[in-house]
Amino acid sequence: MSTYKVPTMAEMASNGKAPEVLFWVGCAGSFDERYKAVTQAFVKILNKVGVSFAVLGPEETCTGDPARRAGNEFLFQMQAVANIQVMNAYEVKKVVTACPHCFNTIKNEYPALGGSYEVIHHSQFLQQLINEGKVRLQGGGEFRGKKITFHDSCYLGRANNVYEAPREVIRALDVELVEMKRCKTKGLCCGAGGAQMFKEPEPGNKDINVERTEEALATGAQAIAVGCPFCLTMMTDGVKNKNREAEVKVLDLAEMIAKEMGI
Amino acid sequence: MSILYQLAFVLILGAAGYILGKRIKFLRRNILLGKPETRNDQPELRWKTMALVAFGQQKMFKRVIPALLHLLIYVGFLVINLEVLEFVLDGVFGTHRLFAPYLGGAYTVAMNFFEFLAVGVLISCVAFLIRRNVLKVGRLNKPELKGWPALDANLILVIEIVLMLAILTMNATDQILAERGVGNYIDVGPLFFSHFLFPIFEGLSDGFLVFVERAAWWFHIIGILAFAIYVTYSKHLHIFLAFPNTWYSNLKPKGEMKNMPEVTNEVNMMLGIPVENQADPPAEIGRFGAKDINDLSWISVLNAYSCTECGRCTAECPANITGKNLSPRKIMMDVRDRAEEVGKSIDAGGPGLEDGKSLLGDYITKEELNACTSCNACVEACPVNIDPLSIILQMRRYIAMEESGTPSQWNAMFQNMETSFSPWKFSPSDRFNWADKVKESEQSQ
Repeated sequence: MSTYKVPTMAEMASNGKAPEVLFWVGCAGSFDERYKAVTQAFVKILNKVGVSFAVLGPEETCTGDPARRAGNEFLFQMQAVANIQVMNAYEVKKVVTACPHCFNTIKNEYPALGGSYEVIHHSQFLQQLINEGKVRLQGGGEFRGKKITFHDSCYLGRANNVYEAPREVIRALDVELVEMKRCKTKGLCCGAGGAQMFKEPEPGNKDINVERTEEALATGAQAIAVGCPFCLTMMTDGVKNKNREAEVKVLDLAEMIAKEMGI
Repeated sequence: MSILYQLAFVLILGAAGYILGKRIKFLRRNILLGKPETRNDQPELRWKTMALVAFGQQKMFKRVIPALLHLLIYVGFLVINLEVLEFVLDGVFGTHRLFAPYLGGAYTVAMNFFEFLAVGVLISCVAFLIRRNVLKVGRLNKPELKGWPALDANLILVIEIVLMLAILTMNATDQILAERGVGNYIDVGPLFFSHFLFPIFEGLSDGFLVFVERAAWWFHIIGILAFAIYVTYSKHLHIFLAFPNTWYSNLKPKGEMKNMPEVTNEVNMMLGIPVENQADPPAEIGRFGAKDINDLSWISVLNAYSCTECGRCTAECPANITGKNLSPRKIMMDVRDRAEEVGKSIDAGGPGLEDGKSLLGDYITKEELNACTSCNACVEACPVNIDPLSIILQMRRYIAMEESGTPSQWNAMFQNMETSFSPWKFSPSDRFNWADKVKESEQSQ
C-alpha cells in the first residue's frame, strides 16, 4: 500500500526530473471547499493511472482571468507574466486543468505574452485516458443507468468548441445522458462568467443560475454533471434554491470517474 | 417610348447613383472612425466563412421557420435583381423587354421563376409583418426597438410587398396588352402567377392598361432606386454589409480576449523583464479600452452597421433572459447611432467626437456592461458573425483602467489578487493545503 503522491514542479526539478504534464489546479481548485474535492479526485485518477504529472503548488497564482474580464488589464498581465515566467522556467510543455477559465486563458491568451503550451481541459484528458484504456470503468457503479445531464461551461463550449469530450466521459459511465433544451452551442451560462462570480448580479427579475437549474431539473436527471468550478457552485446553489439537493447531485466529471474507479 | 422618357430615366438613374455614392462615402467614413485593425490573415478561410455564413445563410438555420422565410426573400432579392438589369437597359435605350427576343423560351421560364420568387417574397414579408405585429415574437418587441427601429422594420417589409405587387401588376397588364397585340408589347408566353391578376385588368381599355403597365414599371424601378438609398439609412444595410462583415469575422477562439501590447510593455518594465521594441514606443498612447466609437476597432463599427436588429443575440443572452438591463442588440444599435451622430456632426462642421457626449454614459450604461457574463451566446447566435462581446469588454477596460469605476466588489477582487494572488482572500501559503488530505490517504490496489 502506498499513499497518493502530489509532486510539485520544484521538487521534480530539484531531482532533475520533469513531468509530462503540469496539472494547473486554479484558485477554486486550491481554495474552494467544494472544488478541492474535484482536485483531489483528479489527482487520485492521475496517480492511479500512473500519469507523470506535477503541480506548481505554492508557486501557482491566479491566471488573471477575472481581472481581465472585469477590465483590469494591468492586473491580468501582472498575473499572467509572472505565471509564464514560472512555467517557462520549468520548461512546461503540456498543461491540464479542471477549470475552463484557466484553460481558456492559458491556452488562448498566454501565447501573446510569451507562454505557449499545449493546454487541455480535464474532460479531454479523461476522455483520452478512457479511450486509451488506461481508465477502466467496470460499469455497474452508482451511476449505472441513471439519468445525467451535462451543463456546458461557456469557456469550454462556445469559447473553445469543446462539446464532445465531457459527453464521452459521461457516456463511459454507462448512464443515460439527457440533454437540456439549451445545450452545446446554445448552452445557457450558469451566470458566473465574465467575473460575475465575484459580485452580486445586476438588478433583474431572476438569477441566471436558477433559470439554468430549472432547465436542468426539467430533464428529470438525477445528477447534473459539470466541468467547471464556477458552474459547480452556481448549479449547486440553484439546486438548493429549488430545495432539490437531497435528490439531485451536482458533480464534476473527475469526481464521477473517480467514484466509478472506486477511489 | 419617347426620347423624353429615356432622358428622364437617365437623369433619375444618375441622381440615384449620385446620392448613393454620397451615402456610401458617409458610411465608409463613419465605419473608419473606429481604430485601425488589420484582419486579413487566412484569406481562404475568410472567403469560405463569407460563402457559408453570408451567402449560404448557414447560421440563419438555427431557427428554421424564419430561416426559410428569410431565404425566400434573400433569393428573391438576388435573382430579381437580374431583372432589374433588363429594366435599366430598357429605360436607357427606350426598349421593352430587351432580353425576350434573345432568350426565347428561356425568357418565359425566367419570368415565371421571377414571379414565383416575387410571390415568395410577398408571402414571407406578410408572414414577417404578422410575426412582428400580430404574434409579437418576443425578440422583435423589446424596448430598444420602440420608435424608429420598429417603424424601419415595418417600412422595409411594406416597401418590399409593394415592389413585388408592382412587378406582378406590370407583368399582368403587359401580357394582356400583348395578347391584344397593342404596340410593341411582346407575348412572352404563359406567366403562371400574374395570370391570376388578369380578371382585375381585363375590363380596362388599351390606353388605360398601357398607363397602368408604364406606371407599374416606373414605380418598380424608381422604387428600387429609392429603396437602395433608403437602405443606407436603415438596419436593412445588412443585405450588403453582411458580406464584408463575415469576411472580417473573428477567426480566433471566441474565448480569447485581444492582448493590449501597450500594457505588456509597462508590465514587463515593472517586473524587470527586458522590453522588446523599446526603440520605437507607440507614437501616441491612446485611451485604455473604449469610451467612444473611435476607441473601438473599425470592425466593431462595421459590425454595428451590419446589424439588422433581429435580436437573436438578445434572445440568447442570459442577462437579458433574466431581466437584467443588457441587450447585446442594443449595444450594436448604440454604436451605430453614435457613429451616425458623430458623422453627421463632422459633416455639418460641428464638434464631431468632441461634442461632450460619448458612447459610454450617453448611450451605454455601466449597469448594462456589468451585467454581461462574457458567455459568447450573443456572438454564437448572430447570423452574420457580429461580436457585441468585444465591445462590452473594451468598454469595461476603459471603466477599470481610466475611470477606476468598476463595482466595489470587483475592486475587492482586484485587491485580493494583488495581495494574495487569488480572487478570494486566502493566504497564498495555504494554496497547496488541499494536497495534505490526498497525500495522507492510501491508494487501494
